[in-house]
Amino acid sequence: MTQTRYYPTRSPEPEKEKTGGGGGGGGGTAMRVIVPLQGVVQGRGGLVLGSIIPCALFYFLQFYLKRNRDDPDDQNESSSPPQNPTTPSPSSEQLTELPALTRSLSRPLLSPRNPSGPIPISGRVSGIVKGAESPYYIGLRRIKEDPYDELDNPNGVIQLGLAENKLSLDLVKDWLAEHANEAILGNGKELSICGIATYQPFDGLMELKVAVAGFMSQVIEKAVTFNPSQIVLTAGATPAIEILSFCLADTGNAFLVPTPCYPGFDRDLKWRTGVEIIHVPCRSADNFNLSITALDISFNQAKKRGLKVRGIIISNPSNPVGNILSRETLYSLLDFAREKNIHIVSNEIFAGSTHGNEEFVSMAEIIEPEDIDRKRVHIVYGLSEDLCLPGFRVGVIYSLNEDVLAAAKKLTRFSAISAPTQRLLISMLSDSRFVQTFIRANRERLQRMYVQFVAGLEKMGIKSIRSGGGFYCWADMSGLISSYSERGEVELWDRLLNIGKVNVTPGSCCHCIEPGWFRFCVAILTEKDIPVVMDRIQKVLKPAN
Amino acid sequence: MEFTRNNNNRQLLSKIATNDRHGENTPYFDGWKAYDSNPFHPTQNPDGVIQMGLAENQLCVDLIEKWILENPDASICTAEGVDRFRDIAIFQDYHGLEEFREGVAKFMGRVGGNRVKFDPNRIVMSGGATGANETVMFCLADPGDAFLVPSPCYAAFARDLRWRTGLEIVPVDCKSSNNFRITRAALEEAYEKAQSSNINVKGVIIANPSNPLGTVLDKETMRSLVSFINDKSIHLVCDEIYAATVFGSPRFISIAEIIQDMDCNRDLIHIVYSLSKDMGLPGFRVGIVYSFNDDVMNCARKMSSFGLVSSQTQFLLASMLNDEEFVGNFLRESSKRLAKRHNVFTKGLERVGISSLKSNAGLFFWMDMRPLLKEQTVQAELELWRVIINKVKLNVSPGSSFQCSEPGWFRVCFANMDDETVKVALERIREFVHQGKEKDGVSEKSKHWRKQNLRLSFSSSRLYNESLMSPHMISPHSPIPQSPLVRART
Repeated sequence: MTQTRYYPTRSPEPEKEKTGGGGGGGGGTAMRVIVPLQGVVQGRGGLVLGSIIPCALFYFLQFYLKRNRDDPDDQNESSSPPQNPTTPSPSSEQLTELPALTRSLSRPLLSPRNPSGPIPISGRVSGIVKGAESPYYIGLRRIKEDPYDELDNPNGVIQLGLAENKLSLDLVKDWLAEHANEAILGNGKELSICGIATYQPFDGLMELKVAVAGFMSQVIEKAVTFNPSQIVLTAGATPAIEILSFCLADTGNAFLVPTPCYPGFDRDLKWRTGVEIIHVPCRSADNFNLSITALDISFNQAKKRGLKVRGIIISNPSNPVGNILSRETLYSLLDFAREKNIHIVSNEIFAGSTHGNEEFVSMAEIIEPEDIDRKRVHIVYGLSEDLCLPGFRVGVIYSLNEDVLAAAKKLTRFSAISAPTQRLLISMLSDSRFVQTFIRANRERLQRMYVQFVAGLEKMGIKSIRSGGGFYCWADMSGLISSYSERGEVELWDRLLNIGKVNVTPGSCCHCIEPGWFRFCVAILTEKDIPVVMDRIQKVLKPAN
Repeated sequence: MEFTRNNNNRQLLSKIATNDRHGENTPYFDGWKAYDSNPFHPTQNPDGVIQMGLAENQLCVDLIEKWILENPDASICTAEGVDRFRDIAIFQDYHGLEEFREGVAKFMGRVGGNRVKFDPNRIVMSGGATGANETVMFCLADPGDAFLVPSPCYAAFARDLRWRTGLEIVPVDCKSSNNFRITRAALEEAYEKAQSSNINVKGVIIANPSNPLGTVLDKETMRSLVSFINDKSIHLVCDEIYAATVFGSPRFISIAEIIQDMDCNRDLIHIVYSLSKDMGLPGFRVGIVYSFNDDVMNCARKMSSFGLVSSQTQFLLASMLNDEEFVGNFLRESSKRLAKRHNVFTKGLERVGISSLKSNAGLFFWMDMRPLLKEQTVQAELELWRVIINKVKLNVSPGSSFQCSEPGWFRVCFANMDDETVKVALERIREFVHQGKEKDGVSEKSKHWRKQNLRLSFSSSRLYNESLMSPHMISPHSPIPQSPLVRART
């Protein structure tokens, strides 16, 4: 709730430079007020909040009026009072809500029984319709309009904002060309289309579950076996996370999410479920590592606010930072979950995309089969990242909790995987030699790209956190932003997109509490692209320096 | 430790994970379980249960199979198609492949007799019609709101529309006396009742062609529906997933065609479509939301991340649906085969004195077994249904699963089996009716006869025990979870 923030979207071009000074100062002031305000709200709760919020509202109103008099087209940043999402922000018509996806339980403004009123839709829609879009969607649109191509469109926008791995696609393609001629229809005799056209179990074909379980073990490179009957397959990791959220929490309950985090959690965890997210800030001082103390503080604050915390969601390797959680951290996490009696959802979609020397430990390795705590641990996996197949939409829920499995199986009818795709993957994943070669080659390539990219940034004096897995480089550009605030960060993001023509993810999309951090997806590039990207970043940085 | 005890463990799960709204504890699904545990096979299990509860169209799979074999370049996993692999494998844009959207829009237009053009840019993907219906509900209503559903209606609406969304459904009773037509009066009545019970009605959802009836809505009914929702300023969701299964006149009319020449607020109109029934491809999980309301379209598109169609499948279908010659041929042949099968079944039943509602669409018909009920109650209907499933070994679906207010109707699916199985099914029904008639006359005859017939009788003591054991039989009303309105009424 406290993270609801508003962002400017309109014409981010030159006039900003002109008005940036005054507005930026104002924004900075706003941040300076709001940050302690959040602390107070979370810390003490009700009483103080009652007096501070109206003051803040009044402050913003004045702020808005003053600014509006100067220049009605001014860009600015504001922050909406967290406890009252239905009150429109004074300048909401100009501003965009960053998370963009909110589900408000409030009824539409006018009763549908009044025929003359506007068309009533659900709160979920209104949440989207009100704001325009987050940097994520703006970036995507720019890419669509003007995609970079080395030959055809050398001045186009380069995509560094998606979780996409193009490094090893050729391996998959070669395999298909060689082996999969008959993967869908068989050889025309044995396996007919009846096996794919007709209704299949919604939670996935057993053969694919067996193949995926084998793939997961191979990826982890350890003697961890996954039991296929504990697997539920979904159309991507997105529905897998949503289904777990639906299963583990009721509307109004909350999940702890260490930040910076995967930007999609806002959509996956809470949009349609009505579940709250409580961000647990991790800091650059600790290399953004998860700390149990921070979890504990957030848990207690949530409790004071009357929120029921149902679980923690971690990404391991983490997205966007690329940290790999140590065995000790995982054990203490489990201790913490046991003590608070809550669930752990471990998002391990990058398990096969580790590329350092660090050991990756799956949550599956931590939980003993006889452990009573096995019921509180749920693993999310997918083939989009580790097998470079985001288009195929294969997500995995692995749980040792029978009740969760039973419910998830029923819920997969809303997001099942297409059967021809399943057939194709069964034959691909069953070829263990291919899988082995693929995983090894993919790791090597990822490593090479990552090292080159980081070196390129360092040449420009941009430092990043050392990543052990995933597709990203998490870089510190806080020294390069005009004001140490989200506004400064989004401004730089905007210049990167419109001047440098590289689409990256600003840290605020990942709910990073420190401004100035950016996420670069390196797996989407080719080696030839790296110098181009570096040149473009350099071009953006120059005028600021 | 709290966690170890099963009861408390379940407390750690959400209501959605632990409540009954998935609806699988109803006869509709019990029948499926009976089938699953003992499925019919002509040679390996000739005494097994024949599945007649699954609306699946298997009559034309050979056409699809032939097309796929003849068009290897449509698949990215053939030597001919693999060049497109790179683009397709990483394609994760929730707008969907352009050629796929075009193909679907063209197909929808064609199914509607080319009287309306569908805009490819309004095509939103979803995980099957199940996902599409749920998505629309997520977009149109908040927890606690309600939708009016003319009944008898699709059995799983109770699940798809309510389970995760927290909505309610309010049945609009349609009666056999006017062939289950949806009347303005019935709509008004249900609407008024909901309002007086303080239920916020957000819209009406209809299936056209109707599931379970197999009938299509006529122009007049649709126009009155539109003016009803327009007057009330509530939404109209048209589930048109059976549009291409129409095999006789009158023709299918899409709501998109109706509103073309009507003065109404188009923002209120939404269509749900799918390729599961019309193309017989439920395994491909293609559901479509087509809304005339931009906000709903945008929202639904963002939600499609929860049920995207695999890009490999999109690509395959794009080539298939854009092959106009194939599509034309497929649609012609499909309705021809459906008509034939429908005819075999209904005529076969007429010969043994079982009638059904006159229908011209769908993969099922609505069988009238009211004369065979001991009394006109839901219990009697379910009792008869248990006999049919356990003794006659046919999994047909009782009308109460479809919220039908009149007991004694059953939905019979006919397109998911081959001709041989049809013969066996008809033979079983014939035998059953025959023996039932004999039994009526048996009281005067010798005890010897009675003994033999006991196997097929309605009222064996074993059946009675069974009914006591299953909780929903004790309920005096339909076993489907009821809307608050119904509960309030009773």
